[in-house]
Order: sequence, then C-alpha cells, then structure tokens
Amino acid sequence: MIQNKKVIGTHEVPIITLAEVAVSFGAVKALSDVDFRIMPGECVGVVGHNGAGKSTFVNVINGRLSPTSGIVNYAGDNAQADFRNADRARTVGIRSVFQELSLCPNLTVLENLRIPYRNMPLKNWRKEAGQVVKKSLDEIFPGNGINPYSVVADLPIAERQMVEIAIAFSQRDIDARLVILDEPTSSLDGSIAEQLLSYIKRFCEEGGSIIFISHMLGEIFDVATRIVVMKDGRIIDDNLVSKFSRDTLVDAMGHVVPDTPEIQVAKKNRSFGEEVLRMENGLSARKGEIIGLAGLAGHGQAEVLAACTLARSSDWLASRNPQVVFVAGDRARDGLMPLWSIMRNLSLQTLVEFSRGFWINRIKEASLADRWHSKIGIKTDNLMNPILSLSGGNQQKVLFSRALASSAPIVVMDDPMRGVDVGTKMEVYRMIRSEAEKGRTFLWYSTETDEILECDRVFVFREGEIVSELTGDEITEDNLLRTSFAMQESIQ
Amino acid sequence: MNREHLRALLPFMSLAILLAAVFYMQPRAMSYFGLNLLFNLAIPVALATVAQMMILMINDIDLSIGTFVSFCACVTATFVQSDPVIGYAILAGAILVYAGMGAIIHVRKLPAIVVTLGMSFFWAGMAILILPSPGGSAPDWLRTMMTAKTPFLPVAIIAPIIIGLSMHYFVKRSALGVLLRGVGGNEQAIERSGWSVLRLKAVAYGIAGLLCVLSGMALVGLATSADANIALRYTLLSIAGVILGGGEFTGGRVSPIGAVVGALTLTLAASFLSFLHLSSDWQIGAQGAILILVLAARLIFTRREATI
Amino acid sequence: MKMIENKIDAHATHSALVRGLVSFAKKQWIWAYFAAGATYFVTLLVVPTGGGAGALLYAALTFASFAVIVGVGQMFVVTLGPGNVDLSIPATMTLAGTLALKFMDTDSSLVVPGILIAIGVGLACGLFNFSLILVLRIPPIIATLSSSFLFQSLAIWSNRGLRIKPPEVLANFSTGGFGGVPNVAIIAVLVSIVGWFVLERAIAGRWISAVGQNQRAARLAGVPVNAVRLGVYTGCAVLAGLTGFILACFSGGANLNMGTEYMLMSIAVVVIGGSSIAGGNSNVPGIWGAALFMFLIVSMLNSYGLGAGVRLMLTGLIIVSVVALASRTGRRP
Repeated sequence: MIQNKKVIGTHEVPIITLAEVAVSFGAVKALSDVDFRIMPGECVGVVGHNGAGKSTFVNVINGRLSPTSGIVNYAGDNAQADFRNADRARTVGIRSVFQELSLCPNLTVLENLRIPYRNMPLKNWRKEAGQVVKKSLDEIFPGNGINPYSVVADLPIAERQMVEIAIAFSQRDIDARLVILDEPTSSLDGSIAEQLLSYIKRFCEEGGSIIFISHMLGEIFDVATRIVVMKDGRIIDDNLVSKFSRDTLVDAMGHVVPDTPEIQVAKKNRSFGEEVLRMENGLSARKGEIIGLAGLAGHGQAEVLAACTLARSSDWLASRNPQVVFVAGDRARDGLMPLWSIMRNLSLQTLVEFSRGFWINRIKEASLADRWHSKIGIKTDNLMNPILSLSGGNQQKVLFSRALASSAPIVVMDDPMRGVDVGTKMEVYRMIRSEAEKGRTFLWYSTETDEILECDRVFVFREGEIVSELTGDEITEDNLLRTSFAMQESIQ
Repeated sequence: MNREHLRALLPFMSLAILLAAVFYMQPRAMSYFGLNLLFNLAIPVALATVAQMMILMINDIDLSIGTFVSFCACVTATFVQSDPVIGYAILAGAILVYAGMGAIIHVRKLPAIVVTLGMSFFWAGMAILILPSPGGSAPDWLRTMMTAKTPFLPVAIIAPIIIGLSMHYFVKRSALGVLLRGVGGNEQAIERSGWSVLRLKAVAYGIAGLLCVLSGMALVGLATSADANIALRYTLLSIAGVILGGGEFTGGRVSPIGAVVGALTLTLAASFLSFLHLSSDWQIGAQGAILILVLAARLIFTRREATI
Repeated sequence: MKMIENKIDAHATHSALVRGLVSFAKKQWIWAYFAAGATYFVTLLVVPTGGGAGALLYAALTFASFAVIVGVGQMFVVTLGPGNVDLSIPATMTLAGTLALKFMDTDSSLVVPGILIAIGVGLACGLFNFSLILVLRIPPIIATLSSSFLFQSLAIWSNRGLRIKPPEVLANFSTGGFGGVPNVAIIAVLVSIVGWFVLERAIAGRWISAVGQNQRAARLAGVPVNAVRLGVYTGCAVLAGLTGFILACFSGGANLNMGTEYMLMSIAVVVIGGSSIAGGNSNVPGIWGAALFMFLIVSMLNSYGLGAGVRLMLTGLIIVSVVALASRTGRRP
C-alpha cells in the first residue's frame, strides 16, 4: 500500500463533494438536496431501507449518473451535469464494487483486471496482471488460494465476489483513493468477511477512503468512521459513528411500525387445516398457514420457491385449477410482461380460469381487472395503460392481483415487497391475512424482518439449507438474527 | 479429467475419429498428396469459420458470410487479377462496410440475423454484377502460394495451423481479444469501465470482414476461377465449425483453435461422404445430420443448466 | 396543493407520451402500406399500357399471398422472443410440395389426401424442429437450419429432378381468381384473419406474446411454455407446407428451389410489417403491407430494366434500411 502514501499528502482536499445534488427520472425524484463530501482516510457507512436512494447516490459519486441539478466536484475539479463524470471519477481513483456481479464470466480472473485497467502496458501484460491480482487477493484475503488463471464462471460465487473486490483495490496506473462497496459481504462467509473488514480499516488508515453500503449494521459499526442515513432520496443524518447506537440508527432509518396488536391476537388464535405441502428439504405448510422463509438474502430461498412453483405446474398443460401461483419480487425477471397493458398483465394467470375454450372472454377479463383495480387500489385512470407507466409499488400490486385472482390454494411470494411503500405494504398484509383466514396457504420469502414477524411459522435458510424452524412466540427478531448468523458467530 | 476437459477435447476427438475412418477406407490418403487432397478446401473454410467466430464472440450471428466470401472471390478473380489497385480498394471498402454494419447493428440495436440476411442479398447482387457468369482467374502469386510444395506437411495442413495459432494469440492472448470476449461475456461491465462497445463491435465485424476477404482470396487461389455462388455453403459451414470447435452462441465463449479444428472436421466430413459413395441426393442431408449429431454429442458434455 | 398539481401534470404528460408511443406503433405497419402504395405508383410510371395498373395489382396480390402465408407462421415464431426464427421454411415448402404432388400424380380425385399430405409433412417437420430445440437444446436458428438440410435431402431424393405436374383442378384453382381477386389471395386473407384472431383474441396468442416477452415470468404465471412453443413451431411448419403445396400447384410443379426466396422473405415481411424481432409484439396487418411492398419493389426494379445483380443488391439494401429505420431503439434487456 506504499503507493497510497502519496494520497495522504492531499489530506485537506475532499475526494468528492456533492452540493445540493438532485436526480430525477421523469417525474420520480430519486435523490434530492444531497450535500456530501468525503475526505481521505474516511470510511462512510451508508444505510437506508430499500428504495431510500442509496444506489442512485453512489452512482452519482462514481459518475455513472449525472445529477439533474447540483454540483459534483471531484478532488477540487468542477463537473456539473457533465457526461464525462464517469471519466473524472476514474481519474481521481474512484472505483466501485456492485451487488450484481460485474465481472465477465467467460474471462479469467486476470483478464477481468484488464478491463477496468485502461492504460495497462501492453508488453507482458498477462504476467503483470496475474501478479497484480494475486498480490491484491493475498493482501485482502490471505490464504485465499484463487488461481488468477482460472475462468470466473468456474469459481464459486463467494470467490467471484472476492475477485471483484480484489480487482477494485488492485494497484493500477491510478491508485484507488475511494472504493465504493455495495453489500460486499453478501456472498462471503464470516471469516472471509472479517478479512475484508480488517483490510478496509488498514486501507483507511493509510489514507484511502471507503463508502460502505450494508444492511448488516454490525459491519457498519465495525468499520465506519461516519454514517450517512438515507430515506426517500435524502440524507437525513450524517454523523460520526460514535453518535449512533444500534437503536438510534434503526430509528433514524424509519423503522416500519411492527404489526398492529389485533393482527397479533388474530394470529395467536388461528388454527390450520391439513398439510398441503411438503418438500424434500423439510419445508412444509398447512392449509391457511402463512409460512415465512427467512435468512440472509441469497441463501437459497428464492430457488426453493421457484422449484416449488415449477414442480407444481406444468410446461405442457395449463390448469383451470392451478395448485400454486407465484408472486415475483424481482419484477423484471420473474413477473412483468413489459410490453403489455396493466390489464393484460393482471389477467395472464387466470386466462384459462375465466375463459371457457380457446378464446379469451374479454368481458370477464375487463371485469376482473376492474374488480382488482378498486380492491387493491392500483393507481391509474386507465387499465389499458402500459404496465411500465406504473410505479414499482403499483406494478407489484398488479402482480399480487394476478396471483390472488386465481383459485390456487397455495400462493408463493418471492420477496414481493421490494420497492413497495409502507401504505401498500399494510394493504397487502391485510389482504394476505384475510386470504389466509379463508384457507389459502402462503409461502413468503422476505428480506425484511417485519414481514417475517407476520408469519405463522418460519423456516430459516442458510446456504441453501433449512437451519431452523420457528413457530409462534419463537418468531422474534433476535431468534431470526441468531439463526441466520449462527455460523459467523461460531467462527468469531 | 473433468467434463470441461472432455468437452475441450471433443473437436480433436471428432477429427481423429473421422481421419481414422478415412484412412481405413482409403489407406492411400495417408500421404503428403493424400492429405493435401483431403484438406484441399480447408483453408478458406477455416478462415470463414474464424470470421464467424469473431461475430459469435460478441453475441451476434452472421448469415451473410457465404455470399460475402463469394463476392470477395469474384473480386479477386477479376479486379485483383487485372487491376490490382482497384481490386484491393474494393476489398478494403468491403471490410469497411462490414465494420459499419457492426456499428449500425449496435447503434440502432438491430437484430444481427436480419441485417446480415439482408446484406447477404446485397453481396450476392454485387457478386453477380462483377461476375455475371462463372469465370475469372486467380492472380499468379496467389495460385503459387496456395499450391506451394512445403516440406513435410502440405499447405492445406500448415495454413490452418498458422490460422489457428495466430487467431488464438489474438483472441485469447492480446488485450484487444480480452475486451472483445468481454463484450460477449458482459457488455455492461465493458461499458462501465469506459470502453466504447460501439468501437469494439465495429472492430470485431471489421476483422471478420478481413478474414472473409482472405477466405475468398484463398478460395480463388485453390479453385483458379470464381462464380457468384462459389461459397454459399460457408454460412452454414462456418457456424457449424465454430460450434463443433466448442464455441457457444452466446457469452463470448469461443475457441479459435477449436474453430479451425471444427472447420477441418467439416472439410474432411465432405471428403468422407464422397468416399462412402453416398448418393449425391443425401450429401446435403448428411451434413445436416452430422451437425445435429455433433450438437447432440456436445449436450453430453455440457453442464446441465436449468432450461428456464 | 402544488404537489397534487405536479402529479396531475406529470400524469398528463405521461399519458400523452403513452398515446404518442401507441400511435407510433400503429404507424409502423401503416408505413408498410404507404411504402407499398408508393412503389406501386412509381412502377406504374414505366408501365405504359392501360391494363398495367390492374394486372400489376393482380400479380402483386398473387405473389404477396405466398409471402403472407409463410409470413404469418414466421411471425408467430418470431413472437416467441429473441433467437426464435424458423429457417427451415423453404425446405419444408419444397418437401411438402414435392411429396404431395408426387402422391397425387396429376390425379384430380386425390386432391384432398394431397392437401392432407402437405399438412402432414408440415406437421412432421415442425415436430422434428421442436424436438431438436427441446430435447437436444439446440438454439432454434441452428436447429431449423440443420433440419432444413435433412428436409432438402428428402425432397431431392423423392423428386429425382422430375417436375411432377399438379392435378388440373388444382392448377386451375391456384392460378384462377374469384371476382377479380386471385384465389391464393383469398386463402391468404383467410389465413391472416385466423392468424389475427389467434394472436389478438385467443388465449394461445396471449401465451405466445407472454413467452416472447419474458419466458421465465410466463412459466411462473402458469403459461405452459413448452406446449406454446411446440404449437408455434408446428403451426409455422404447417403453414409452410401449405404454401409449398399451393406454390407447387401455381407454378406448374414442385421445384427443388421453389422455396429459396422465402427464407429471407418470411423474416423480412414480419420485420418490415412492424413486428418486433425481439419478440412479444407482433401484428398481422403489417405482413400484408410488407409482402406487397416486397413484391412491388422487385417488379419496380424489373420494370426499370435492371439486371438480377442490381435487383438483389437493392432488395438487400432496402431491407436493411427499412429495418434500421423502423427499429425501436431500446432493446429490452
């Protein structure tokens, strides 16, 4: 890290300054009134709920997004609404590691270094690149054993993430001065994550800066020197880490008020019917039950749900009485028909149920859409408008209606509340409750603890396996965290 | 030795098996001249195949290679032979058109399959304009080069090896090759790092164009004359060769050496079919069947992925 | 208060935008008719005789019909999404035409079984294509391309270079007309009407479009994806078989090259007709406009006395430029 020593010389100049920055996409304000700066040696933790504007914020910093208004200043050099922000960010040494992997899977580890390393000398570059990657990997993750000559697609996901991090910190013609890490530990196990955290501390001590986004507050408190709290596209708190405690931080983020007492009561008094579902991995559900799938994001819950849905529906026949319906959380990947109107999106699942024969019963289709339009409150004046004209939350409502309109006894929900506002959430909770009362079974994977607390029975997943089953009073935030994180603790 | 290794060996194994079958049926083929005869047309096919590989590498497909190589052959047999300056200018212009085609496909986000299919008409028309009826003649130097008596191994073997190795060096070793494969693997990652995907795609198409020009010239050198339909089969052969050699349609996974081996295998398959005294009715069908068989064999070595 | 106004404003601009987009989408296929009309009149400028206008239209309707029937089939395939194209259409046409005519052997009493054979050949070809795609997981482009070689070989083998004449009845029917409209055009109109209803009004059409937009989402929403794809590939091949049959009767016998031009033609009429090659969004009326346009372009170039080379060149250039101009920028991820 000797190269970074020279960075310390510029201690007085912030690496980046944002002044009154706002970003809007059409009518949607993704970011407003953001003032922010980061000095060399700082590690800033960024926290906020989903949709709070974290990713827009870091994309302005790394220059991928140009602000609609306001000033972005890179290391003293002015750049307002300039398309070349990405280049400027690069030349002052800002690098990013994103949640979605941005490696080329068909290339080897060292070849992937060649892509961001724009001005690499052409002579003998492979040997050079191999050494650079190896050095960076060994420095951050001692004892990793990753071969720089292996193809990325052949590596397990955790090693891919390690490679991505190592490439971001690697030594190139321009030194890394600010590295943005977006959920860098999401696929890493405890000891590896620990290595990363301690490297981050070393990096900052030597004058580098970090922006660290994580939903694991423990990590934030561990490494951050300063915490920025975001909500609804604004920075609502920006202070030294010592000014926060776990509780004040959670409060600042705007903790969603947990379920109302009457639901709690209703939950206690409920009884369930016969078992309607049992899977090989131990997942089971009874009639009328709301089953929660918990654990950290990406630990196999979504795969189990997709497998459950696919196994209970056919590639060859559409059933008038489907066994299971699916509510997508990753709307673009698993749910939306982007070219269609709201109505067509809504009626897709139930076409065979309300139409007899070959042709679509268009009268019934319209009345079905109208019914759900008012029932679930889709905000549009015309159901023939394209689905993409709706906000994310309303698109989600359409997907809910698509599934709930069906007669299927089991409803599978794959983290469906992503990017949904609190009001909608409450409506949907209520609807799920009343449907469950009527005897429907719900399988509900959620990354948000509040939603898991709504469930009657919870299966906690870790690394693709069910590690515990919680019922009734056992379903508490503490228990969930304890079971989700058990391994990390045991290693520490 | 895992499935990946087996899969990488598959093209070599197919070639070896086919070669063994040919030698078994026709022992005299096991000689300098026999090999030269067997692999006679391998050079232009190998060049067209690596050209197709350049396009498949960036997740597109080129259905105009057959007519384009024919066009290049027609230009070589006419202008290059009679007025070299004009001839080379036309060929250089054609390469630029290819690069431009790549640029337009990227900028307007067009489906490569439709654009190249349309362009195949364009090249076919141009070829007919230049050479309305079969004829022309090969430039002397080209003829000499293609029929050179090289020591130990015939040109028909040496040239594909050179093509394979140099393309391997370019695609797998050079920095530009890494970027081009990166475009196929994760276009966004390349763009994010500040590279111009537009320029890279134009380069890939341009290089493919250059390789096709070389293919057309080599073909004329071997055939001594040209006609507008001389290389129509190359469209299918080139795609098949890349796939046979272990390349994929998407994801930037290609193997230049494999592609050349694939091209050799297909050339040999044609000779093999003629040894079998198969009725000419079935020649085309047998090629289709071989292609299907190879794709089916690949399946065995492919990691099972979810279909949805 | 201000916020509400803003919201309403935003909403108004949004729906204006949506309306704009919708009308643009509509314009796309109208444009094909416009182009066809323009080409028609430009062609007439050099056809001096009085009967030229009517005769040209009659010929255009006749030849466009063949492109329309295979185009409807290809459109459904293209609707299935990126990478879905049937390149075996020409071979299927040839094979169906050859086998059916060979079976009928100019015997007018065997017309019905002849048609059934053509349809059966189409069905078999479609099934074969889809089994390559599904079982061997070969990408559709390559699967249909390689199977087309098998079909072509079968046709060569059964035909043996002979030109078998169609039964008198069929020859007369396919070249004849009714009320000034060619019979083949009537068939093509019927096919397109059925195609339109299936696409726009049937559950199957919705499913096809859903698969084309997002196959995974369609499957998770209960769409029987494989059945849909099977139906589309066999349907397309059946239409190709039918076209091959009619074309063979029309042109006085099955010919080994008779389908060749329909490989490009079937794709071109779909794309020029305003359907999205990326799938999910197709329309039938545009196919007619595009098919007329394609024929009229060729006859225009012919009537200006241009040779085969220039004709091919311009056809290619026109297709590429139309596709480039009509493309909706912003390919879906």
